[in-house]
Amino acid sequence: MASFWTFVWPLIVIVAGIVVIIIPVLIGVAYLTYAERKVMSAMQRRQGPALVGPLGLLQPVADGLKLFGKEMVIPSGANPGVFLFAPFLTFVLSLVAWAVMPFGAHLVLSNINVGILYLYAISSLGVYGTIMAGWASNSRYSFLGGLRSAAQMVSYEVSMGLIMVTVLLCTGSFNLSEIVLHQQTVWFAVPLFPMFVIFFISILAETNRAPFDLPEGEAELVGGFFTEYSCMNFALFMLGEYSNMILMSAIAVVLFLGGWLPPLNFEPFAPLVNLVPGPIWFALKIAFVLFFFIWMRATFPRYRYDQLMRLGWKIFLPFTLLWVVVTASALEIFGWLPKVVP
Amino acid sequence: MIVESLVFYTFSAILLVSGVMVISARNPVHAVLALVATFFLAAGLFVLLGAEFLAMTLVIVYVGAVAVLFLFVVMMLDISFAELRQGFLRYLPVGGLVGLVLVVELLLVELHWTVEPGAVAKAAAPIPPPDQISNSHALGHILYTQYFYLFQASGLILLIAMIGAIVLSLRSRAHVRRQSIADQVGRRTEDAVAVRQVPTGGGV
Repeated sequence: MASFWTFVWPLIVIVAGIVVIIIPVLIGVAYLTYAERKVMSAMQRRQGPALVGPLGLLQPVADGLKLFGKEMVIPSGANPGVFLFAPFLTFVLSLVAWAVMPFGAHLVLSNINVGILYLYAISSLGVYGTIMAGWASNSRYSFLGGLRSAAQMVSYEVSMGLIMVTVLLCTGSFNLSEIVLHQQTVWFAVPLFPMFVIFFISILAETNRAPFDLPEGEAELVGGFFTEYSCMNFALFMLGEYSNMILMSAIAVVLFLGGWLPPLNFEPFAPLVNLVPGPIWFALKIAFVLFFFIWMRATFPRYRYDQLMRLGWKIFLPFTLLWVVVTASALEIFGWLPKVVP
Repeated sequence: MIVESLVFYTFSAILLVSGVMVISARNPVHAVLALVATFFLAAGLFVLLGAEFLAMTLVIVYVGAVAVLFLFVVMMLDISFAELRQGFLRYLPVGGLVGLVLVVELLLVELHWTVEPGAVAKAAAPIPPPDQISNSHALGHILYTQYFYLFQASGLILLIAMIGAIVLSLRSRAHVRRQSIADQVGRRTEDAVAVRQVPTGGGV
């Protein structure tokens, strides 16, 4: 019996941990859609959702219920297996990445050594959901959307990888908790500010958000890769997209904005800011980055496809490559390279 | 231990099934998707072995980049499925022979493989015990010290391959209007607008 519990008890702990992580993420997703509509309406001098519940706070619930009630349509020319699997994959991939995210000093479900590589791997898998949806729908609009998205995500991943390399040069570890702890004196957004800006623009492209929302491009592609989706499949895509936004913001926070560390962590503010627990600071910083997502969407017109590719390959890639060399040289010359075990 | 072997057999079983699907699927897109699943499960097996760095690199490079481009090409090409399957019986002996050779090689290696006593001490770089060093540190330590020149040479080979691909696909066409962002940004009112006094009925 003892051996049975040695297996089952850790399993229960892990499942509880997963539930504790996923439920706030899903609530965050629901209220991110609400926040997006409210913030954009404020920027455009409108009211935004205001009728369902006080201040329209129940609007996400109403939207969810509405989507549940819709009819599920599978186009006759579609490839049903791949068609149904694509939204599922998008949604699952946007959630599994949270397993390695450090929410506090020791608050992490799985503290693996290669945390940042894991996040990079999961975000590079995200393209499959889109491209499979585009292909399986057997529709020209969806297919064009899927192809665009594949090219776009692969392009911007390259510069994202190089940006992660600069951060890794400064920390000497793939472990996310250690990356955060290396930022105790100064957040990496300060010394690596150009990288932070490029990283932010790259995650906009990676999550297919405005001004890089070409895979959807409703002006020319109707609805892009999810033109043919309805009901819960569509809802899964939406949930996946918004939860990817939160995830990418969390990665930006961990890499550049000091993760769970409080801001102004010096005298005389230190006792005050340390009253607030780390996970709250983490959430607040994520919300800060997400606000920029919404702000960008309300401000900028959509890029043209060739401009998007030019920006990714001809500007970001050479610049980040140069900055990797500059950072490495600076670390070497001033002797700031992190000490490694052997 | 039980859990580990359970996971191992599950992963390997699905890996073998998807490996067979890669060569048996009627639809080439399904075959590529099965290939992706195969890569992914192989990464899972690497994690079980404790080779976490290799596992993540496998997913990033093969699944995240190579297979996406592969899928891209397969979707874009107009492939006739029936034509593809016609040569199956004709090529079966050759394919079977290659497979047989590989199996025989694997068996020979497996049956006659012995590690020389003291080989670990003679290895190019001393390997610290795995609990003292993470395997990304260990790999970096070996690649950037003992095998530095070989590592750089492999990078150069890849660079040359890339340049070759660019040279092959680069062509200059006449009558193509390209956007020059520097020109557009550098444009001033004086370049674009001219104020003229136009006499009535005279035109410009």
